[in-house]
Amino acid sequence: MTRTRAGATMVANDADASPARLAAEHVTLAYERRTIVERLSLDIPTGSFTVVVGPNACGKSTLLRALARVLAPAAGRVVLDGRTITDYPAKEVARRLGLLPQSSIAPEGITVADLVARGRHPHQGLFRQWSVADEAAVAAALAATNTAELAGRPVDELSGGQRQRVWVAMVLAQETPLLLLDEPTTFLDIAHQYELLELLRGLHRAGGRTLVAVLHDLNQAARYADHLVVMRDGEVVATGDPGEVLTAELVERVFGLPCTIVPDPHTGTPMVVPRLPV
Amino acid sequence: MSVQAPPRAVVVRSAGGGFGIRFGVRHAVVVAALLAAALAVGVMSLGTGDFVVPLGDVVGALLGQGDRRTNLVVLDWRLPRVLLALMLGAALGAAGAIFQSITRNPLGSPDVIGFDTGAYTGGLLVIITTGTGYLATASGALLGGFATAVVVYLLAYRRGFHGFRLIIVGIGVAAMLASLNTWLILSAELNVALAAAAWSSGSLNAVGWAQAVPAAAVLLVLWAVAAAMSRRLHLLELGDDAATALGVRTGRTRLVLVVLGVALTATSVAAAGPIAFVALAAPQLARRLSRSAGVTLAGAAAMGALLLTASDYAAQRLFAPTQLPVGVVTVSVGGVYLIWLLITEARRR
Repeated sequence: MTRTRAGATMVANDADASPARLAAEHVTLAYERRTIVERLSLDIPTGSFTVVVGPNACGKSTLLRALARVLAPAAGRVVLDGRTITDYPAKEVARRLGLLPQSSIAPEGITVADLVARGRHPHQGLFRQWSVADEAAVAAALAATNTAELAGRPVDELSGGQRQRVWVAMVLAQETPLLLLDEPTTFLDIAHQYELLELLRGLHRAGGRTLVAVLHDLNQAARYADHLVVMRDGEVVATGDPGEVLTAELVERVFGLPCTIVPDPHTGTPMVVPRLPV
Repeated sequence: MSVQAPPRAVVVRSAGGGFGIRFGVRHAVVVAALLAAALAVGVMSLGTGDFVVPLGDVVGALLGQGDRRTNLVVLDWRLPRVLLALMLGAALGAAGAIFQSITRNPLGSPDVIGFDTGAYTGGLLVIITTGTGYLATASGALLGGFATAVVVYLLAYRRGFHGFRLIIVGIGVAAMLASLNTWLILSAELNVALAAAAWSSGSLNAVGWAQAVPAAAVLLVLWAVAAAMSRRLHLLELGDDAATALGVRTGRTRLVLVVLGVALTATSVAAAGPIAFVALAAPQLARRLSRSAGVTLAGAAAMGALLLTASDYAAQRLFAPTQLPVGVVTVSVGGVYLIWLLITEARRR
């Protein structure tokens, strides 16, 4: 179900995408009594690299947390593979859907290998605490994120960019077909931001995973997403291919920023150039 | 010529793959060494006292080959005390590890946040109203411990769980309960007050099989639960969002862990009174020795067992024939540790 408002772009190829494995159905999301999102519906196209953008406090991270069942909706439901997500056993969800939260805490002194190994929890049991598959998954996750040579190092001693790659490795070790990332590029310098985005794109293309990321930078979103979700004030304003969704009119309406859209000289994707003074 | 680094982790796996565990070598060695040291101290205390028993005779009595006199001293008088020191030390260490892990703070220990004091209040109330009797006192201590935990938890709860708030609120509640305990003892009848006060600083001087058997039965169950919860405890350390994403029901898991930690604490208070500082110090000392990621239940339990057996040995021998309550020794040693901890924590911030 694609929710649009007047002026937003509808994208034709959305309709023939395979049925979504993950979707929000009329969810109302609130912290205590403060309602952030009301009756919102959104399908995550299976196999897509979906990026959610929107102004600060528009509810994009809240929506992502609800999709990852970290936040329980006050009303409505999140559907995973045809069933309400909360009806599954907790570990069953964790075998299908992984989340890189905005902030995580590495226990003092933990090594990279031990932290990444914790991502295997949904595949383990009381007696089967460490299988051959666990070992292979951790090795593959370290290799994919280029952190294998850090395996024995304490996480506290790593640089911000290395640490973020290690957290991605932990989520990869979980081996889930769906992967949600909440502002994964925050706190990284621009080179490390692109390094991480390239890593995510590689994972998306190689593994056929469905990725959903919340990003702040519109140009990065346009470059990497094949499906863009634009939010404002707790509502989805537009969804679809970034090349068609991201117009000067939309950016001005959603972010209040007058701008010109020019094609990115390297990729041809839309690039937002602000028209200042505002 | 290159020397291969020793393996950091070892994997043990059954042929079918139905069983497999992975553990850090250093951690396993440290836990084994601590347990061996605790047992050695225990065997040593079995032989020492007013009636000295040579090591060979102690081992003989343990193996069922002692004479009647040796059996009486070693098995009937001293063994329950040594076993309780080992078990309660391990229970306190594990309880400390649980609370330090869920509060993510080395000060988050049941003796600091009032659960010991509350369990003692519960036991005191039972002694004053219905008289002494191990099972009655133990039930009182359990109820007191849980009531305190509920009060501290509710007072500290504000839009979710915050470890630091819990510690601050717990310290305040502990201070109030300590004054309540003093008032209860002062206002009680003399013989009741004496019985209660003997128990007030934590003592193993008067324990026998009547305390050791029920305590062992309860603790075995609690440790089994603790072992099963151990991995979820460590996932909670990553933060609630990450733990949820990895398939941990955080609210329920934390509740089970708090109940488990309070039960471990209250069981030891019921058997020997509030023994301070073992729960505070054991997890951190074990962590530093084993260089593990965060505190571990096994390391904390092994270190707790060693700390309490060694403290009890010192309590018996330091001013022999006068027997100190073991709690006096742990408070003295632990006080030094607490000062050091506060200084190093303050420097880190």
